[in-house]
Amino acid sequence: MIRTTLMAALLAATTLGTATLGAARAEAQDLRIALREDPDILDPSLSRTYVGRIVYASLCDKLFDINEKLEIVPQLATGYRWEDPQTLAITLREGVRFHDGERMDAEAVRTSLMRHKTIQGSFRRAELASMNAVEVVDPLTVRIRLSAPSSPFMAVLTDRAGMILSPKATEALGRDFGTRPVCAGPFRFVERVAQDRIVVERFPEYWDAGRVHIERVTYRPIPDNTVRLANLQSGAVEFGERMEPDDLPRMQRDRSLRVVPVDSLGWQSIQFNLNNGARARTPLGQDPRVREAFELAIDRAAINQVVFDGVYTITAQPVPPSSPFHIREFQPPPRNVERARALLREAGVTTPLPVELTVANNPDNRQVGEVIQAMAREAGFDVRINAMEFASSLQAATRGEFEAYMIGWSGRTDPDGNIYGFLHSGSPGNDGRYANPEVDRLLNAARVESDVAKRRAIYAQIYDIALRKDRPRIFLWHARNIMAHSARLTGYAPVPDGLIRLQGMRLAER
Amino acid sequence: MALWLLRRLGQIVPTLLILSGLIFGLQQLMPGDPAVIMAGEERGDPQVLAQIRAELHLDRPLPEQYLHWLGRVLQGDLGFSWRIREPVAQLILEKLPVTAQLASMAFLIGVAIGVPAGILSAVRRDRPADWVASGIALFGISMPNFWLGIIMILLFSVELNWLPPSGYVPLTEDPVQSLATTIMPAFVLGTGIASVLMRHTRAAMLTALAQDYVRTARAKGVRERMVVGRHALRNALIPVVTLGTIEFGRLLAGAVLTEQIFSIPGFGKLVVDAVFNRDYPVVQGVVMATALIFVLLSLVADLLYMAVNPRLRQA
Repeated sequence: MIRTTLMAALLAATTLGTATLGAARAEAQDLRIALREDPDILDPSLSRTYVGRIVYASLCDKLFDINEKLEIVPQLATGYRWEDPQTLAITLREGVRFHDGERMDAEAVRTSLMRHKTIQGSFRRAELASMNAVEVVDPLTVRIRLSAPSSPFMAVLTDRAGMILSPKATEALGRDFGTRPVCAGPFRFVERVAQDRIVVERFPEYWDAGRVHIERVTYRPIPDNTVRLANLQSGAVEFGERMEPDDLPRMQRDRSLRVVPVDSLGWQSIQFNLNNGARARTPLGQDPRVREAFELAIDRAAINQVVFDGVYTITAQPVPPSSPFHIREFQPPPRNVERARALLREAGVTTPLPVELTVANNPDNRQVGEVIQAMAREAGFDVRINAMEFASSLQAATRGEFEAYMIGWSGRTDPDGNIYGFLHSGSPGNDGRYANPEVDRLLNAARVESDVAKRRAIYAQIYDIALRKDRPRIFLWHARNIMAHSARLTGYAPVPDGLIRLQGMRLAER
Repeated sequence: MALWLLRRLGQIVPTLLILSGLIFGLQQLMPGDPAVIMAGEERGDPQVLAQIRAELHLDRPLPEQYLHWLGRVLQGDLGFSWRIREPVAQLILEKLPVTAQLASMAFLIGVAIGVPAGILSAVRRDRPADWVASGIALFGISMPNFWLGIIMILLFSVELNWLPPSGYVPLTEDPVQSLATTIMPAFVLGTGIASVLMRHTRAAMLTALAQDYVRTARAKGVRERMVVGRHALRNALIPVVTLGTIEFGRLLAGAVLTEQIFSIPGFGKLVVDAVFNRDYPVVQGVVMATALIFVLLSLVADLLYMAVNPRLRQA
């Protein structure tokens, strides 16, 4: 009897669920965005994940933003002026309100910038290291004093360090600000259910409200690529970010979808252990000729074709082609197995030379590793792939427990953010402990040079020394973020930072 | 009986205490320094690392860290998630109903299919019904959950557009939509359990049906339905109940892969994300909660034995 009842109930539930409901239907102008990961804490001072920045694009406006040409444009600011190379005056937009109704003014800017720099556990501290003081000139003007001239500083204000938070909320919530963020963006925070969704709704008093047509946005982390695509195809979400290159043809065939591959600011690289512990004492770590041979053994275009369907942009430098600081003449060397073998002979190593290549364990990385393994074998390298879980691989790299480590970077608007931390001696991202005083000097010179052409020339010099002679790291490609959205959605303007700016977007009726 | 129950409940405390020490120790064996992970792009800066370690008490000796944590747990404070700064207790309370709903649905599906199929298979031993049921059970056990899950999503969500492909709606918010979001993952989990239950029910029933009392009952002319239902099944159920509670406990501990595929924000997803991010307070909290559930479930299993088998009550 009980069994019969249970079965009947179950059947009824199943039928109800399938027949009458179908996929969840959203109201008009309710946008659902599938994220590739679950963001960390939503506090611009404390957060560190890339995916969190996608959510901030709706919640928190910044002093400045970047456009599709990577130019710096005003957002909460209306303009800026260098009073001298170490003093920056910023004028603010009038009449801007935070989501709690408080006024956004010079005092709020001062409080936010100081909080970003000083709060315990801040991840903006390094970005704002050169900022000495923030002065309130008048309610709509602030003056920032730097300890030294800094060309990358403006770009810092286009990201999390430039986000202005409601002083009342930061005061009241302290370190828990991230559980209920209050900023001055086009949308205000509604709720977050960890690992399930983040919901924001249109803020009617937004300073640029005329360009905001979406009423409500639900961000849903869906890490599995196939499932993210299934959500998109079934209409359960209207936008999917960072889709798999493999799925590109399938998405392009689907008439209900629009696919937008966007250049990214990031890069992928292989760094070598030159001077970090015992594992550096290998021919690969000690002899630049061996590293050159390794680079010559690799065919970047083939990797791109095999693993990423040719979607990515191959490179030999850390700055992507979309940036004005990209050096067009600095191209990846073509594969040359003969020359690679000759270099190994010159270096006097016995082949096959064993090399351990550490990669963070995911299918794409493993596949790239295998392609490199096959290519390098022909030149005389015996590559062993060490696939480690990501967090463990980071720790291994920091401790110097690697010979070659494949690691990427999400990228920054200013070239300094893509270069300095990886080639300057003693920098956090320089796990192989590469140190060349001349490169350090040039990197510092590039930081204070404000003329674009002169600065690019300095970077060209750096590449010649670090990437053509010393080779502590070889850059492989710039990824492209494959964005896909419902054909009903219009107004998406791709920017190379991969963020989804909601201004101007609109959903057509079904 | 009351004394027995009290004694059993009393055993829970030392069990959990030993377990908490074990988890704490084992966690230290995990490669990957939480401070390095939390430092992210600043991981090379010793100052940042030192600051994070101090904040999370990671710079203290291990026993001190453990006692600090234990002291707070005894005051009902499981700490904060390092990653999103939400209280661990709140996260657990948020995820438990989700997993409980999914587990119950999966379990119902598993029992509804597995037990009758097992009985049928035993009663019709070595006949076509047995072969078909055993074949399906083998298929159910060998089929990976993630594969079945993705096939179901592609069929029911993308092709037919009947069900939402992933996500979760709480039962209290919209019961119908809630069932729609959980029926596919519950089915994926349920089929696995059904197969296991079917095979065990079959084996237990075959043993029971060969017993003297069954022969006696048949000789006395008891109807076959009564022989199978009353005499054989009741005895055969003891191992099945044990297995059922273990399976249910495993479901509650979180169906990691299934929750991941269907983006169900339950226990499994919580603990996996926490492990990958070395979010120790969350890992500890969830493992402790899971352990408590298991201990309580084994108590329930014992109570169920007594309900099924009166002899155990006297013992």
